Amino acid sequence: MQPARRQPVVDMALSGQGVVPAEALARTKALDRLRLGDIIFRQLTRAAAIGVLLLLSGVIVSLISGSLPALRTFGFGFLVSERWNPVTDNFGALPAIYGTIVTSLIAMLIAVPVGVMIAFFLTELCPQWLRRPIGIAIELLAGIPSIIYGIWGLFIFAPFLQATLQPFLINTLGNVPGIGALFAGPPYGIGILTSGLILAIMVLPFVTSITRDVFEAVPSVLKEAAYGLGCTRWEVVRNVVLPYARVGVIGAVMLSLGRALGETMAVTFVIGNAHRISASILAPGTTISATIANEFTEAVGDLYTSALISLGLILFVITFIVLAIARYMLMRIERRIG
Amino acid sequence: MPDKILASRYSGRRRNNAIATVLALGATALGLGWLVLILGALLWKGFSGLSVAVFTEMTPPPGSAGGLLNPIFGSLVLTTLAVLIGTPIGILAGTYMAEYGRYDRLSSVVRFINDILLSAPSIVVGLFIYEIMVAPMGHFSGWAGGVALAVLVIPVVVRTTEDMLTLVPNSLREAATSIGLPRSLTITRICYRAARAGMVTGVLLAVARISGETAPLLFTSLNNQFWSTNLNAPVASLPVVIFQFALSPYKDWQALAWTGALIITLAVLALSISARALIPSGRQS
Repeated sequence: MQPARRQPVVDMALSGQGVVPAEALARTKALDRLRLGDIIFRQLTRAAAIGVLLLLSGVIVSLISGSLPALRTFGFGFLVSERWNPVTDNFGALPAIYGTIVTSLIAMLIAVPVGVMIAFFLTELCPQWLRRPIGIAIELLAGIPSIIYGIWGLFIFAPFLQATLQPFLINTLGNVPGIGALFAGPPYGIGILTSGLILAIMVLPFVTSITRDVFEAVPSVLKEAAYGLGCTRWEVVRNVVLPYARVGVIGAVMLSLGRALGETMAVTFVIGNAHRISASILAPGTTISATIANEFTEAVGDLYTSALISLGLILFVITFIVLAIARYMLMRIERRIG
Repeated sequence: MPDKILASRYSGRRRNNAIATVLALGATALGLGWLVLILGALLWKGFSGLSVAVFTEMTPPPGSAGGLLNPIFGSLVLTTLAVLIGTPIGILAGTYMAEYGRYDRLSSVVRFINDILLSAPSIVVGLFIYEIMVAPMGHFSGWAGGVALAVLVIPVVVRTTEDMLTLVPNSLREAATSIGLPRSLTITRICYRAARAGMVTGVLLAVARISGETAPLLFTSLNNQFWSTNLNAPVASLPVVIFQFALSPYKDWQALAWTGALIITLAVLALSISARALIPSGRQS
């Protein structure tokens, strides 16, 4: 510590006295080795981090190069054409894009209110000891692989809907002028609505767990002040918690939307794989991911394969934008909570 | 008179609160109800088919008895391969972001990209691997399937590694540096050890995520009706076999699909529950 004490040691080191030269050499070598290891390790981790970036660029580049033949053949018309005919090599993406967006919208319409209400229950109403078990149970829904939702949807949920909800919708809302066309046609069981409902169940845990986290991050001073003014629990959530956590909730919604848009297996089982746009949400349709999953291995010819890869590119671009917005929103709320 | 208005307003607010409470309870019951419904259906449909034959016999042709031995084995191989490839890359990248470049530009870009990869559609990953491996090699292969799954492992591991290393207190690093430990040894011997439970959790979560993945395998490792240990050829995997069997018109194939679904779900739930069980002990140490 004190200079007086350190001085002899430094002198010794500088003059080499008290240290056998061979030992000093070995020590320098060991130090060099450590330094080299340090540099190598650092560069290794850096390379891995850059590798993650390359992964994403690789995905983009390979999708673009794979979809070039189709895009060159069909041009912009690919996006707006409703035709999908492998026999005549004529492809259009509109039915798949339409199906993807409509099923995801149905999913969000159901999952967001339900998820926010569950978060309300978990943060304000639920007794403390029950919060963790219920939270974990809801998150387990997220852990179930999507193929399980698919097989369950095909064999259990779709027949159930065919026998109950769909006839009910056709007989009631189907007769209402204006929106009646949405619920027209026979009850197939499978179709756009069924896929939307399955997607709603699948994204519910994402909405719930992120919303709960942002609700919990609301400073309790704010909530206590509102309670002190005599607000009811619902008024606290409606007027204090929700406005404060708004950005985070939007982030949660966008993140779940990103999931719903790209979800493949569950939808493939219950969508019906029909390349057409029907007014009725009870009719079978298709989504981008379901089309790829169903047809890719059977695609004959370069143009067919390329058209499917173009669909993948469109899906990737849409989800990328949605997820980027989600991340931006969540980053903003994280910064504010700090 | 004003009293009356106040009283009616108050009862209106109480009514709204009661409605919201009932809705919240209903929403929670709905969420838990789905979990029970799905698990119940799986147990009911899949449990009856569970027997020793499932684990000892190959997938049958339609109309005869058989098991799921080759897809189970294939899934284990593909998952192992994915973890072996994905974990080191993920841990190294996470290390850079938490230890070397916690505040630099590269890290924030990688963090953003990684979060997007985390939720990117897995079928797109399948297309990517098809383009870079299956198409040039000219045939479907187990290697391609393993790499496709590895692409899904990496973001999960990067995320948890970074989060867990960030939780390691700086005083530990300072103590290590003060006794002359080089940075790389500080990280591998001190920080990794302190964050071990969390990092293992990340790997477990990644395994849970990929063991049920079907979409990236459909056109990478494809499927195989027979026993095969050749990773250069198509390999059967449990999710793809479930997909094929469930959509087939044969009753015994559908029954096997349900049994396979039960096996996957139990495995995934066991993994995610044990991953959760690890986290608290990680925070204590």
